[in-house]
Amino acid sequence: MMPIPLKKRKVTMERNPDSASWIQNKLFLGMTFPEYIKSNFTLPNAIAAIILIIAIPVMAYRFLFGLGPSTNLSDTNPWGIWIGVDVLCGIALAAGGLVIGTAYHLFGMKQYHHFVRPAILTSLLGYLFAVFGLLFDLGRYYRLPYPMVVSFGFSSIMFLIAWHFALYIMILFIEWSPALFEWFNQRKLREWFSKLAIWATVFGVIIAGGHQSALGALFLIAPGKLHPLWYSELLPLYFLLTAVVAGLTMVIFESTLTHRAFKRQLEDFNTAEFNRLTLGLGKASSAALFTYFFLKFFGIAHSHTWKYLTTPYGYWFLIEMLGFVLLPAFLFAYSVRYKKVRMARWTAFLAVTGVVLNRINTSIIAFNWNAAERYYPHWMEVTITVGIITMEVLAFRWIVNRMAILYDHPEYESSH
Amino acid sequence: MGMNRRDFLKRTAALAGTAVLSNNPRISADQTPVDIAARYGVLVDTTVCNGCRRCEWACNEWNKNPNLPIKLFDNKSVFNKTRRTHSATFTVVNRFINPKDLTPIYVKKQCMHCEDPACKSACFVDAFKKTEKGAVIYNAGVCVGCRYCMVACPFDIPAYEYYEPLNPRITKCTFCFDRISKEGGVPACVKICPTETLWFGKREELIHLAHERITNNPGKYIDHIYGEHEAGGTSWLYLSSVPFDRIGFRTDISKTPIPNLSKGFLFMTKVFEIVAAWPLVFGAFHVISKIRNQRNNHDAHSPEEKEGNHGKKP
Repeated sequence: MMPIPLKKRKVTMERNPDSASWIQNKLFLGMTFPEYIKSNFTLPNAIAAIILIIAIPVMAYRFLFGLGPSTNLSDTNPWGIWIGVDVLCGIALAAGGLVIGTAYHLFGMKQYHHFVRPAILTSLLGYLFAVFGLLFDLGRYYRLPYPMVVSFGFSSIMFLIAWHFALYIMILFIEWSPALFEWFNQRKLREWFSKLAIWATVFGVIIAGGHQSALGALFLIAPGKLHPLWYSELLPLYFLLTAVVAGLTMVIFESTLTHRAFKRQLEDFNTAEFNRLTLGLGKASSAALFTYFFLKFFGIAHSHTWKYLTTPYGYWFLIEMLGFVLLPAFLFAYSVRYKKVRMARWTAFLAVTGVVLNRINTSIIAFNWNAAERYYPHWMEVTITVGIITMEVLAFRWIVNRMAILYDHPEYESSH
Repeated sequence: MGMNRRDFLKRTAALAGTAVLSNNPRISADQTPVDIAARYGVLVDTTVCNGCRRCEWACNEWNKNPNLPIKLFDNKSVFNKTRRTHSATFTVVNRFINPKDLTPIYVKKQCMHCEDPACKSACFVDAFKKTEKGAVIYNAGVCVGCRYCMVACPFDIPAYEYYEPLNPRITKCTFCFDRISKEGGVPACVKICPTETLWFGKREELIHLAHERITNNPGKYIDHIYGEHEAGGTSWLYLSSVPFDRIGFRTDISKTPIPNLSKGFLFMTKVFEIVAAWPLVFGAFHVISKIRNQRNNHDAHSPEEKEGNHGKKP
């Protein structure tokens, strides 16, 4: 990331700057425009630039020429990776705000104070970019607000999800907004929105729990199409539990990365405390993973689908369950018991991969398992997905570099 | 042929009239204004169809889909692979081989027009409607193009205009609802059928007729009307001489209407959200008051800086 001299960073805190230096201070990180441009010539930026130079024209191509030429979707396989990865994985991995917000605001776990803002920001961006990804998938993307204002399909789980997404994005915005108003130096607005944060969290728990499980419930409607090892009446609960796992492990994963990448922002950073809290998250992850594992096998026993375990799909199912659920559950337990933080961090990565695998299995690999025509993504679908993820990372970095996400703003009393 | 059908229609109309008058408990118990007995259906007798595909031609013609001269529909090579419905093809006839005598069996495929349609319950903008005549129709005017109806349909019927860049629509058989809404109107495919494969009439009467056929022709049919109970019942009904899984039908579809699979979840979620809201709201009040008390104590006793293990901006 961009190294910024300490002297220059101090400038960002001056009050009432005139408009020219406001741009310089707030947008260019206290540098002049040429300096700022120069500071952006880095290897990660070069990689991001190459990805976006390819992805943005492909995005335009999709909007202009439609789904037919840009995807491998068909009448038999109407959903591909834009639903399976961009939406299902994106939303599951954005559950960090829900998990940490609940732990901090409702369970009063004040020690997780400095995990809250990064987790909320990750969630907010996760949801916004999931909806952005959804735009590519929707045939008439310009009708996105229709279920809110034009026509209401009350019997649809998708309808519940649409409303919950819209509400939850507003909730996350409220939870995140104190950082925004600190950046704009709007003390009154910041205080007002800070007071709303706890209420936003309360409704966020209901709303987020509702739609995380609803994403699993989407597939309840297709018992004949989803492989019996993945189809279950418990799908909503499975999705909710794995979202909690994804939320917890993403916070470990994301905090590990940000603390490395934005180290300069954390001056009196207490490593021992950070490690202790990481293990605390690992402990909760272990419990959630074990619960999920046993519930999943209870589901198989309940629906008598044991016989499928000895088929190729069964082996694939066992790889998911043993390698990406049971193994991380044990590894988390081990690393908590023996205080192995590094191991917990790698395990978090494994568990995040497991949730991604589960979403891809449910929506793509085990979906239409008995159909003659199978789906694999078109290169343009992959390009757009990679482009969206790149944009999300850039947006995260842009905000973290400018707003008080990883630290408390020195001029404001901690809002929590 | 035409005479037969007209007679048949008259008979069903008369019988349907008596069915309505004779205080059907299903109708009187149900407070909804939907008159189930008024719903039409089509009975497809797959033992009769000769695979002429005139129905495909007539369907394309009526629905203004791209069409070929009617003579080209005699081409049998299309039967070499099993086809499904697509954006400009609302109905297809497929060929299967009778395992008993190796003769071909032709099966027409189109929207089944479920009594309680999966697509309708899946749609988040309520673009589908089960009309009182029995047709399940689609309103492109509100469709957002999420294609969840295609995921939901147990018969894999709805297709999508993938090559329409800006205004793609879901497409499927409309049951010629514009034709059947008129007095004496029958769907285009039924009208053109030169054999007695397709029988249009009141659904309840058709079920009665189908059972009659099964009983009166021992050995000819298997004792199953496909669509009588599948997915809670469908407007289109099929008779067959061989088990239905041999002629391209899914036989794992339960009798439960598909919408019921998500109804439970929706109901539970709404109940949970209302019930769970209260403890959470009171919990929040509790937390807020605790913070306020702590802050008051804090201000009164120790003016020290707040504890924090995180970084601070210099």
